Amino acid sequence: MKALIPALISGTLLSAAAHAEVAVDYWMWDSQQAPVYRKCADLFEAEHPGVKIAITQTGWNQYWTALQTAFLSGDAPDVFVNHATRLPEFAANGLLANLAPRIDAAGYDLGGFHPGLVETWSKEGAVYGLPKDWATVALAYDAGKLAAAGLSPEDLADLDWSPEDGGSFQQAIARMTVDAAGTRGNEPGFDGSKVATYGLVSNPFSPHGETEWSYLAGSTGWRFIDAPWAESYNFDDPRLAATLAWFRDLARGHHYMPTAEQTGKLGGETLMFSGKGAMSVIGSWQAGLYAQSMPSVRFAPIPAGPEGRSSMFNGLADSVWSGSGNPDEAWAWTAFLGSDACQSVVAESGIVFPAREALTEDALRAFEAKGIDMSAFVAVATPETTFPFPVTDYGNEISAIVRDALDRLMLGQGDADEILAGADAEIDRLF
Amino acid sequence: MSGQIDAPPRRRAGRMLPRMTALRRREALTGYLFILPAGIGLLAFFVLPTLRAAQISLTHWNLMRPAKWAGFENYARLWADAQFWDSMWITLCYVLYNIPVQTALGLLIAVLADRLAKSVALRAVIIAPYLISNVVAGLVWLLMLDPLIGMTNSFLGLLGLAPQGFLSSPDQSLISVAAISIWRHAGFTALLFYAGLQAIPKDLYEAARLDGASEAAMFRLITLPLLRPVLVFVLVTSIVGSFQVFDVIAVTTQGGPAGSTRAVLWYIYENAFQFSRMGYASAMSMVLFAILVLVTLAQMRLLRGDRSDLG
Repeated sequence: MKALIPALISGTLLSAAAHAEVAVDYWMWDSQQAPVYRKCADLFEAEHPGVKIAITQTGWNQYWTALQTAFLSGDAPDVFVNHATRLPEFAANGLLANLAPRIDAAGYDLGGFHPGLVETWSKEGAVYGLPKDWATVALAYDAGKLAAAGLSPEDLADLDWSPEDGGSFQQAIARMTVDAAGTRGNEPGFDGSKVATYGLVSNPFSPHGETEWSYLAGSTGWRFIDAPWAESYNFDDPRLAATLAWFRDLARGHHYMPTAEQTGKLGGETLMFSGKGAMSVIGSWQAGLYAQSMPSVRFAPIPAGPEGRSSMFNGLADSVWSGSGNPDEAWAWTAFLGSDACQSVVAESGIVFPAREALTEDALRAFEAKGIDMSAFVAVATPETTFPFPVTDYGNEISAIVRDALDRLMLGQGDADEILAGADAEIDRLF
Repeated sequence: MSGQIDAPPRRRAGRMLPRMTALRRREALTGYLFILPAGIGLLAFFVLPTLRAAQISLTHWNLMRPAKWAGFENYARLWADAQFWDSMWITLCYVLYNIPVQTALGLLIAVLADRLAKSVALRAVIIAPYLISNVVAGLVWLLMLDPLIGMTNSFLGLLGLAPQGFLSSPDQSLISVAAISIWRHAGFTALLFYAGLQAIPKDLYEAARLDGASEAAMFRLITLPLLRPVLVFVLVTSIVGSFQVFDVIAVTTQGGPAGSTRAVLWYIYENAFQFSRMGYASAMSMVLFAILVLVTLAQMRLLRGDRSDLG
């Protein structure tokens, strides 16, 4: 037995030396996309003999805890998929490699990425991630319920909205709301206490409101922050209060949308799939699931507000861990992930939109081949009709403050202006 | 008690003592070996982490950079943190919703099972919810309590009652979480009481019945007093467990809506793993630990949990 142990050890060492391979660890959370990136990894390995890509996929909830533990134990992945909410604290703690010197040295083409994506991941000349995809939002609706309301897809293609009267968007929502007796929201005798189908449903209002409220707040010209990495938020802006008050009254006054008490944790998806909802604004990353679970779903562009249409434009990036033992290989893999070669594979998968702008058409075709018309999402993917995800310090603390404030506002526990001003002041105290 | 009886008479001490101590020592060794596995577990999973948490509580540490010495800053901050005390209050309310109902229900089920139901299958059904993990129980109830598509509101509708928000309503969320927990734990509490009931000599009841005592009187004068050690065990463990409510909240409400279910453990979790404030979260954990030790000691003292009325 005693003789066996050294033999085993030397055996392991020998075999390791014989292969002399570099393994690059790559972590991601989306199970749907793991096979897509495995294809990229195969292409990469063919080009880089001696380098192996080990992909680990963990669900979103465990992903960040696992990542933090791995940073702590010095065992973090060389490259990992990163989300803008986590960027500030990772960057501030020196966990992310600055890719700018390598981008410069390699003459790497950043211009091919969709405008706005690289900016999200940059701070003061440093680049902390290469964009891998992007997402916008669109209005998902049940084609059957639309026809029953006497509306056509063309009616939805050109909706307008204002916080004062809700515009043609509110009229469409009213017509698509039906009570238990079959009376529509715009007809006399509509009973708001017994609604069978709600015109509009959504998830419980989240702090960034990516699919719940930011598309209307943004259409008034309101922005979360004035510049990337700002040290104050605009939650006390009257335009935001007016927008959220409109949502609150849509639910609590008109009963065209479930109230906060009625919107369970299961959220808009479940309400749409169970036929309780006629319309819901969703993110492009959800479109595949909707098409799969709800054959009658179609997509229309989000309504245009006083300042036109406005969708949050959010994208994931690949970041390199500053403590990676294989920085050269890690960069090579990251560069490959952002290259046309890998991005084409992503485009052809028809799951998300690749970050390289020229490949958008390919992705549209791939979605089309699956029977999903994604043009409503692409229509707003322009610099004029989007605003970026707000990247600032204290992202998680701010989320907790805003979540509580939105809960209270949507529960009707006070004046919208006051609640939001209070949250804004609390956020100011963080900085 | 046993020490006095076993002590050998003085005169023979000289001859007997070496053999006794050798025997004792061997017995003691066996005893220590028996508790060794549990001891290792206690040391590795409770004592060491507690000491480490105490150490972390004196630092500022975000998991990503080396910890910085903070002295008692975290404790001072905690003292002034209204949200921490609010979360303690929410936790206390939860304990008050949870414990009386759960204990009474457990006792009722146990007495009924003991006096009436002899069916093993029925007893198995009573304990079944406890065999489900908290997370699964939370998910199942989340579906059933969904305001618009959950079956609970469908039933209420059949009865002509208005639909309720349950977990989505700030007025009902904490009660709903407590109800889920009661549903899951009442059966286990009943099992403990049931085991305690088996230890009560049946002749006491027979004698009481001969004296013409009613079921209620027998319950009050025989069952309850003799069940006290079990009752103390149940109360101590369930109150401590109740103060540590976390998983059902994590699955169903995440502290919402509007912070109405932000119990202290959820607040600690938020600080540790969402805001990366390990030092502050550890300080809160230490304070919670101290409070629970005090609560437990007070309970033991008040209920004389270490003594039985039997014998």
